[in-house]
Amino acid sequence: MIKKNFFFKGYRSIFTHDSPAIALTCCFIAIGALFKNLGFNIQESIFSTVLTYALPGSLVMAESMLIGASLLNIFLAVWFVNARLYPMAVSLFPLMMHKSQPKWKYYFSCHFIAVSAWLIMKSNYKKIPKEHRIDYWIGIGSATVSVSVIGTFIGFSFSEYLNKDMMMGLAILNPVYFLCMMVGASRTIPVSLSVFLGTILGPLIYLFSPEWSILLAGVIGGTIAYLIGEHSVS
Amino acid sequence: MSANIVYAILVTSLATFLSRFLGALTSEGIKETSKLFKWFNCLAYATLAALIARTIIFPAGILVEVSYSSRFIVVALSLAVFFASNKNFVYPTIFSAICMAILNNYI
Repeated sequence: MIKKNFFFKGYRSIFTHDSPAIALTCCFIAIGALFKNLGFNIQESIFSTVLTYALPGSLVMAESMLIGASLLNIFLAVWFVNARLYPMAVSLFPLMMHKSQPKWKYYFSCHFIAVSAWLIMKSNYKKIPKEHRIDYWIGIGSATVSVSVIGTFIGFSFSEYLNKDMMMGLAILNPVYFLCMMVGASRTIPVSLSVFLGTILGPLIYLFSPEWSILLAGVIGGTIAYLIGEHSVS
Repeated sequence: MSANIVYAILVTSLATFLSRFLGALTSEGIKETSKLFKWFNCLAYATLAALIARTIIFPAGILVEVSYSSRFIVVALSLAVFFASNKNFVYPTIFSAICMAILNNYI
């Protein structure tokens, strides 16, 4: 079963002085308001936040629904945008794998992989014994999902009070928060180079291939950063 | 609940869960000290950085209506606040929202 003290330690990690809770809540306030404008009811909005729990994917779903896209189109568009979750999972789960832990915990908790939870775990995993990291991770994931649900509820309930300026403020908050987290995480040569190259290549490749830009920038930038990092070590 | 919306939500969550689940599944044979793990770590950071940069430079939704210069000023000033506040994540985040609302009204 889940070790309560590590679970709650993870849960409390979003209540620190540099917590993602405020940014996450604001982002999901914007999503909640967007869902209401799309014709979702409150149950559907919360259902979507809990089941998807990935901002870019929710935005793509909303845009696709606005233009009347088919379910297959929605699936492919969301899968493309959220394919980044695959390398995020592969670069996180080996840090938490322990033979004493049942596999269902890993399969269940992979749902919590999203930028904020991933960055919190990456910053803190060394402080937690490997055997209990999965319980700590489930705590972080539960906390970030809870905050997202609260944000969606607030956004849905108060959408008519959110004017254009407020929506713009909420929209810029998310990339700024993640950008600061990424800059803060850039402590080694490979990671700093990955962040730098991804930032440059993402928009550059978008000019030629909007659909593939994020994946291509990630693969090219990440591979170059890895090779330079390995070379500098050797 | 409307059937179309429920189907759209289910399809979206399935497409999202697929990448997460495949990632968790393939992680089983990867050691944290291996070269493959280090490579995936670089891929993950580069992909996230690309996503964030694209969101700022080629945004979707309401940010399209904000000029490039305003977006650039907000991001640059927020990063300055981030370093000035000893790398605190909350101050630049709140600052960015306020700064965006002000710039959009007065510039």
